[in-house]
Amino acid sequence: MEYTEKVMDHFANPRNVGEIENASGIGEVGNAQCGDIMKIFLDIDGDVVKDVKFKTFGCGAAVASSSAATEMIKGKTIKEALNVTNKAVVEDLGGLPPAKLHCSVLAQEAIMAALWDYSQKNGITIEGVRPPRAEDHHHE
Amino acid sequence: MSDFIYFDNAATTKVRDEVFEAMAPFLKDAYGNPSSVYKLGREAKNAIEKAREQTAAAIGAKPAEIFFTGSGTESDNWAIISAAFANKDKGNHIITSNIEHHAVLHSCEYLSKNGFDITYLPVDSSGIIKISDLKAAIRPETILISIMYANNEIGTIQPIAEIGAIAGANNILFHTDAVQAVGHVPVNVVKDCVDLLTLSAHKFHGPKGAGALYVRSGVKLPSFIHGGGQEKGRRAGTENVAGIVGLGCAIELITREMAGESVRVRKLRDKIIDGILESVPNSQLNGHRDKRLPGNANISFDYVEGESILLMLDMKGIAASSGSACTSGSLNPSHVLMALGLPHEKAHGSLRVSAGRYNTDEDADKLIAEIGPIVNKLRAMSPLAK
Repeated sequence: MEYTEKVMDHFANPRNVGEIENASGIGEVGNAQCGDIMKIFLDIDGDVVKDVKFKTFGCGAAVASSSAATEMIKGKTIKEALNVTNKAVVEDLGGLPPAKLHCSVLAQEAIMAALWDYSQKNGITIEGVRPPRAEDHHHE
Repeated sequence: MSDFIYFDNAATTKVRDEVFEAMAPFLKDAYGNPSSVYKLGREAKNAIEKAREQTAAAIGAKPAEIFFTGSGTESDNWAIISAAFANKDKGNHIITSNIEHHAVLHSCEYLSKNGFDITYLPVDSSGIIKISDLKAAIRPETILISIMYANNEIGTIQPIAEIGAIAGANNILFHTDAVQAVGHVPVNVVKDCVDLLTLSAHKFHGPKGAGALYVRSGVKLPSFIHGGGQEKGRRAGTENVAGIVGLGCAIELITREMAGESVRVRKLRDKIIDGILESVPNSQLNGHRDKRLPGNANISFDYVEGESILLMLDMKGIAASSGSACTSGSLNPSHVLMALGLPHEKAHGSLRVSAGRYNTDEDADKLIAEIGPIVNKLRAMSPLAK
């Protein structure tokens, strides 16, 4: 299975690339061994994700998953952002090759890690937010 | 397609027009089975024997020492597995390297599950085995050494004649996977002291599905594919006549032109290597600077991932290859780049450019001009970039 047009569009014109200074929360997942590292920066105002940026080292699917996921959570509430699962990212992209599904998991995990960082920085508990897994992600 | 630039000649090559013309009759009117006694069959048989002569001449062998197969992979499997089982009374030890093609590595893995003991020689940072390591690995029960002529990813050329001499002096069979070398650097089975040699037509502008194994006369090598009496009973199956004819034609042409072409392609390669290393900071050449195939350039770019580079090159109409996990279809980056001692991120960020007879100076210029902006764009979105 090759990449869909939507994946290639996100890859060629990635949305929300960059960093946020003094971000409310930062999540970094993945490792160089597997060849994917994803870093997500959140600017949270109240319970709304006002802005989001990403930086990704990885293949086309990793870049496209990051781009799509940031687009899906921008302007949304934290609760809505938590509903952006890897399945939702894959659906939004019109599918991913089976070997690349882990890239979408990475995107979901990066958002979770950033929200966890935000909760820790502010000493608050957010329903559904858990610490990042010791093993950042697994290939499936 | 005029804007398309093909820099993946190590993966496969375009069939030459002359080769296509030579093959065409055997896909149409000259469809006879070479085993048949009537004229149509004899014509096919004669065409195969001509190809055998052409193939033998290209590598300094005798026609009777050439056996046609379905691929380089089949030749590797046959050579290694059959040689091992044929000599198992003598010993169970095989020496190879850790940068071999999977056709060799996985054949060795199969043997290791069947009672054989495999030594995988390491390579230095340029991808060359140490002769002292080879000598130290040899035991009384060593029956086979299999070391590739030139590496498919980094283009490094091994000291084959030296290895062959050592194997011969120790009465050990020597196989070399010369799939990347034949047609591109001078290969001579006598000078190189080779007992078994693998070659494949589609790496030198012949068709896919046609390979050959050189078996030095006197070497006992039982059949691997069992059936009819084709190839003197050593490789069963109705011959791929058109493919074999294409192999013969292609190997004759490329060998005849090698002296001039290899100089031209080497210049192109050096231009690409120098041009990229000069224009892209934090990039490095993988493999040996000089002891490498004329067409091979393999470069790692820090902070970026190989598949992303390939996708962006593809958008610019340039086809190349990478050793990243994402392109290998496995979890790990290339075993060859890891064997050089590269850290994971550098192995993931590799680009292989393999130039060939249809590449021009303009192709190299275009590649050099495009690669810098692509790497910059990817670094701008990389969390690893400083």
